[in-house]
Amino acid sequence: MSAPVLEVRDLRKAYGAIQAVGGVSFQVMPGEIFGVIGPNGSGKTTMFNSVLGQIEPDAGEIRLNGADITGLSPLELNRRGVGRTFQTLQVFGKMSVRDNLIVAAQEHKGSMFSRMFAPGDSGLGPKADELIDLFRIRHVADKPAGSLSYGQQKLVDIAMAFMSEPALVLLDEPCAGVNPSLVGGISTLLKELNARRGGSFVVIEHNMDFVMDLCHRIMVMVEGTVMAIGTPAEIRANKAVLDAYLGN
Amino acid sequence: MNKRNVVLAFLALAALLVAPHFLKSYGLYLLTYWLVFILATMGLNLTVGYAGQKSLGHAAFFGIGAYTVAIMMKAGLSFWLGLPAAALLCFLVGLALGFPALRVQTIYLAFATLGFNTAAWLVMRNEEWLTGGTFGINNIARPSLFGMSLDGSLAYYHFTLGMTIIFAALLWGLLRSPWGKAFTALRDNPIRAESLGVDIRGYTLLSFAIGAAYAGIAGALFASLVQFIEPAPFTVGSSIMMYLMVVVGGPGYFLGPVLGAAVGVVLPEWLRFAQAWYLFVFGTAVVLLMIWLPDGLLSIPDRLRVRREAREASAARSAAAARHGGNA
Amino acid sequence: MTDFLQLFFSGMATGSIYALAALGFTLLWQASGTINFAQGEFVMLPAFAMVGLIAAGAPLPLAFVLTVVLAIGVLGWAFKRGVVDPLFRHGMMPIVVATIGLSIALSNGVRAGYSAEAHPFAGMFPDRIFNIAGVTITLADCGTLAFALLLVLATQSFLARTVTGRAMQAVAQNTESATVLGINVPRMIFYTFAINAALACAAALLVTPVYLAKFDMGVSLGTKAFFAAVIGGFNNSRGALLGGVIVGVGENLAAAYVSPQYKDAVALALFMVVILFKPQGLLGRKEERKV
Repeated sequence: MSAPVLEVRDLRKAYGAIQAVGGVSFQVMPGEIFGVIGPNGSGKTTMFNSVLGQIEPDAGEIRLNGADITGLSPLELNRRGVGRTFQTLQVFGKMSVRDNLIVAAQEHKGSMFSRMFAPGDSGLGPKADELIDLFRIRHVADKPAGSLSYGQQKLVDIAMAFMSEPALVLLDEPCAGVNPSLVGGISTLLKELNARRGGSFVVIEHNMDFVMDLCHRIMVMVEGTVMAIGTPAEIRANKAVLDAYLGN
Repeated sequence: MNKRNVVLAFLALAALLVAPHFLKSYGLYLLTYWLVFILATMGLNLTVGYAGQKSLGHAAFFGIGAYTVAIMMKAGLSFWLGLPAAALLCFLVGLALGFPALRVQTIYLAFATLGFNTAAWLVMRNEEWLTGGTFGINNIARPSLFGMSLDGSLAYYHFTLGMTIIFAALLWGLLRSPWGKAFTALRDNPIRAESLGVDIRGYTLLSFAIGAAYAGIAGALFASLVQFIEPAPFTVGSSIMMYLMVVVGGPGYFLGPVLGAAVGVVLPEWLRFAQAWYLFVFGTAVVLLMIWLPDGLLSIPDRLRVRREAREASAARSAAAARHGGNA
Repeated sequence: MTDFLQLFFSGMATGSIYALAALGFTLLWQASGTINFAQGEFVMLPAFAMVGLIAAGAPLPLAFVLTVVLAIGVLGWAFKRGVVDPLFRHGMMPIVVATIGLSIALSNGVRAGYSAEAHPFAGMFPDRIFNIAGVTITLADCGTLAFALLLVLATQSFLARTVTGRAMQAVAQNTESATVLGINVPRMIFYTFAINAALACAAALLVTPVYLAKFDMGVSLGTKAFFAAVIGGFNNSRGALLGGVIVGVGENLAAAYVSPQYKDAVALALFMVVILFKPQGLLGRKEERKV
């Protein structure tokens, strides 16, 4: 049994009187796609932001490959091989798609000082092209990212998270606001990236079909706590989950 | 750099080298003055246009650079020691000014830089033992280069031109390197940038420091140009004018400062024919320019391109609609 | 001690004038994110309008009312429609630079088009002096303080207690939600500009009899209003009053007890301290950093 890539133990975060995350624990194994589902307000994004250093948890431990990363800044986490996407679209609108991808990984090459003398694309051109082809956005690669359609921007956003080849990627609602016809494509892309490059993914999503199809295991959060963790089949059969969340 | 741009660059350089022969000494002085301000505003363009920071105290660095050279030369030291000293001092002060930038949000950052400028100016005006107070420091000499005196207006013009080109080229190199993209990321979406590994703290501090250093170098050149330094050109009002130059030229466009400094320095001179009204015309022109071109003068090509693309797209759509018009 | 009290009191009176300009400045920022670099000129222009109308024979009250109407039209409506609306979505830079251009245009327009000289007009308070326990206080100072205080409190009550006022506050706090709630956002923003124009006229009315109207009076007035707004609290209307008084009193005391040269230093020092340690101002609320 291999060691988990990500281990979260008893994570807690309160906002005043509201316990947004009240003791959440889970593990993500190497190469696993781990889904997180739950109603709005169940604390999924707060949990994410705590793991990703965007907010400081009140209590709990977070370990990346055994090392304690609790409370580290987003910058530090990225340096240690954690990537993320945001719920709202966050591409650099004025830069071309290609440049967006390049900037997503360039800070991992050399030091700030050495980068002064590096070529404009830091040698990341081929890698960027690889992802552009995988995501099938070659025809808009040189356009400013802000001029693309929402769905295309979402693809760029996701691609950016993978440029620096992180061992762990956290995706916050990758299908939000995306045309239903594109959702299947995103699922395929993520499966392919997972198969090709390894790495573990943690995905928050509301689209049930997407989650059930994509994820190896799923965690259900309700009101800040973990209700169940299991394979898609186990979750679908779990009576408590059906009652609380999935409905009949 | 495509072929057309290279040709344009050569033509511009040729024009700049030939121009002095058609100008009287005042015109030459103005041209040199313009070059100094191009250098200063290039620094501000880095901080404000490329890195998206708020800096309304740039003239303070301009002044610190000028006074450093003036004071050092008065003490008998060479211009060639004063220039790097000015750049280094401004770099360090700019770095220090960057720290509040890390803690303070955009609008309040603008205020902090204003406060810094006012404080610097008060010191320049009141501390007579150091700066000569309102009497300033005069009789600042011009340097000599490899034994050649740069005293004459033409010689100093060429010197300033050379320095401006060198430092502009260095900045161009920096912005073409990965640093350029890092600054843009910092400007457009600092939180996303940070989550991608961009050290936004470091780049923020450096955008202030490098911008300040450029103003310091420009200030050093300014001191030997006008040969008399007093506090008046380094007020908040001047900072605001520099900010205006960057925004009017086009923030984030490399050559924006060239146009912006022309608007700020040369345009008021041209408008002198309007006599008492010339500043009124200038102010009104700025307002109208902003309403018409919020992204600055250099955004004109981009806007034309967007309009052309929109027209083409719309024409393509109509053509497609016409083709399928038969099938309901 | 009596000197101190005199300086303190007259400082409060001057400060209350700064407060009027600062209040309008803060309201504009809250409602529309506009930093108005021409705020000082927004006081200068009505001052000269009144000078002109009085020179043409109008009595002071009539001149003031006419000026307020004109100001609301020009500095309120025309400014909003012509400058702020087109530039609003382009971020802060173009609006800031446009107001800088406006400030240059207005002050030099007056200089070239009307006069470069200083002009007074008779104040609305008769020349009387009171002597209370050895402290000399002019009626003008009392009146100025009372009038300005009244206006600030009236503006505050309007914002807090009337339906329109609360709608304006809603727009200031969250424009999108306000629209969804059915509030006519453009009109609320216009009202803010109108109030700013009116307050600027009041400031002009109070400041001209003492300090005279001159084409460049906007520079120092604008700077002080700005310092006052920031010290008091850039997102709080009551802050403008506190900030104004602090700047006015501080100036007077500094000029008398430190040196006239460092008169501006007190306001500046306070400004720097506030910016570095409590950027939202003495009475301001902490603004959350939006992700």
